[in-house]
Amino acid sequence: MTSVPLLHLLVVAPHSSAPWSSFATLLSYRFMVNALVAGTIVAILSAIVGWYMVLRRQTFAGHTLAVVGFPGAAGAALLGLSVTPGYLFACVAAALAIGAIPRTRTGAGRATESAIIGTIQAFALACGVLFINLYHGFLDGVTALLFGSFLGITSSQVITLGVITAACLLVLGTLGRPLLFASIDGDVASARGLPVRVLNIAFLVLLGLAVAEVSEITGSLLVFALLVMPAAAAQRLTNRAATGLALSVAIAVGVTWSGLIAAYYLAYPVGFYLTSAGFFVYLAAILIERKRGRAGRRDTR
Amino acid sequence: MRSIDEVVIEFRDACVQLGGHTIWSGLSLEIKRGEFAAILGPNGVGKSTLIKVALGMTGLHFGEVRVLGAAPGRHQGEIGYLPQRRSFDPSLHIRGFDIVRLGLDGARWGLPLPMRRNRAREQRRIDDVIELVGASDYADRSIGQLSGGEQQRLLIAQALVQRPEILFLDEPLDSLDLPNQGAISSLIHHVSTVEGVTVVMVAHDVNPILAYLDRVIYIGPGGAVSGTAHEVITTENLSRLFKTPIEVLTTSDGRLVVVGQPEAPAHHSDRHEHGAATMLHAEHPHHHGDGTSH
Ligand SMILES: Nc1ncnc2c1ncn2[C@@H]1O[C@H](COP(=O)(O)OP(=O)(O)O)[C@@H](O)[C@H]1O
Ligand SMILES: [Mg+2]
Repeated sequence: MTSVPLLHLLVVAPHSSAPWSSFATLLSYRFMVNALVAGTIVAILSAIVGWYMVLRRQTFAGHTLAVVGFPGAAGAALLGLSVTPGYLFACVAAALAIGAIPRTRTGAGRATESAIIGTIQAFALACGVLFINLYHGFLDGVTALLFGSFLGITSSQVITLGVITAACLLVLGTLGRPLLFASIDGDVASARGLPVRVLNIAFLVLLGLAVAEVSEITGSLLVFALLVMPAAAAQRLTNRAATGLALSVAIAVGVTWSGLIAAYYLAYPVGFYLTSAGFFVYLAAILIERKRGRAGRRDTR
Repeated sequence: MRSIDEVVIEFRDACVQLGGHTIWSGLSLEIKRGEFAAILGPNGVGKSTLIKVALGMTGLHFGEVRVLGAAPGRHQGEIGYLPQRRSFDPSLHIRGFDIVRLGLDGARWGLPLPMRRNRAREQRRIDDVIELVGASDYADRSIGQLSGGEQQRLLIAQALVQRPEILFLDEPLDSLDLPNQGAISSLIHHVSTVEGVTVVMVAHDVNPILAYLDRVIYIGPGGAVSGTAHEVITTENLSRLFKTPIEVLTTSDGRLVVVGQPEAPAHHSDRHEHGAATMLHAEHPHHHGDGTSH
């Protein structure tokens, strides 16, 4: 359970005045190394999946998967399991459910889709609340489930995250370009023989896995810190697909590291630091884009 | 194998039903290699459906279709397609160059790890085709930020980049202003000659492409007619098909002009009063511009 070591470790985490020696101390803590490795693994996957999600305008679906992860993790705790399988099962099941919603050729289909997704979301939160009430001793963990914790990440969790990320990256490498094609231009992609519907469902499953991973670090409610903010910032900074993906990864890893290190020194929840870092990067991206836009307009005149 | 008269698209007594309704039936047509063919007809009559059948995206209920000598959907790599009425969301931050590149490698699975030589060759091909459609100046801007005409040029480049044998264009002139309609029409004609592509284009107004047409397929509520432009585009034929007086005139420089073509055939009741009086756009030259010129 993530909630138990949280307090202990906060107490033992040293706060030395000399920054370098204290940074070396930081790396001497197993939990901190685990957190940094896990954070990096998660950041890489979420930055890439998030880049596609932002491009596909599926942030609402991403948010729903995150919310569904909450009862999944709470349910797993109730059953005496680790939260990892709880997140994974709930997020992937919800991804498949969203993928099963039939798409019609009219705009009405999209409205129905978002209504269904919204309904799933509300019901999931309700289930989460129920599970937490059923599991009385668990109330401390609620904050961790919703807003993140990183101190209890075990070495075996790191391995699980690494294996899932590696598998997802392999799939993304294979699907990458057809997925981009289908995301931008579904009609043309299917005329070229691409299985657009299969790609849509495959992407939702990848999104579910990424959300499940991010939830372990940021909690269910702050997944956008790694899933949306780096990708959205990258897309504002460059319109080149390959550069954008690389930039998204760089931002996500940077945000994760600064969030984790800040949380190590200043004992507030890691989700707060991660999200703030992501927020300021996104803000900076908007300002840079604006400035460029003005310069561009001046050039053409 | 590739004789001049080779038929590349053939429909025989074809019939499509969608949602329990017969969209069209008894449709027969032939389009030969290198031809510029137009599919004309009022809204909702099944023009886009015809293209989707040829692409293998919609099945026939009855009859037969052959595309490049095979069942539709067999030669996907040799066919370029521009679907109807698409404009990209202004917030889509993907540059035009990458949109065009998708036409070349978007259907390829696996990591993009080509040989260096291949990569350079593909790069050159993309640059060439962007140059051909006249989009070099803005190919590195985000597609969502471009005007309708600019997006259309890049989409034509995307459809052309893998050197297709046939180009299917579904109302590519739709939503363009008049100068752009003329420019895109002549561009399509130009690329079809330069690249030797067969063009099948759905059009609402025949005038911008009239000068280039080899073949016309007219689909009406009462059936379909297919033939060479000179066979189909006559005062008698069009008046009968559109059920409204339409005149085909010859201008002093020998070009055909269709006058009185109902613009929005959805308004059936209006047709009698206004149909004959509807003059073609060309007689009222607009100058909206495309937001980019000057
Ligand atoms: N998937 C579908 N299911 C049912 N009806 C359809 C479908 N696609 C198109 N239609 C109907 O078929 C008719 C022809 O459509 P379309 O080919 O788009 O016409 P056009 O391109 O000539 O305007 C329309 O009435 C349309 O509503
Ligand atoms: Mg149509």
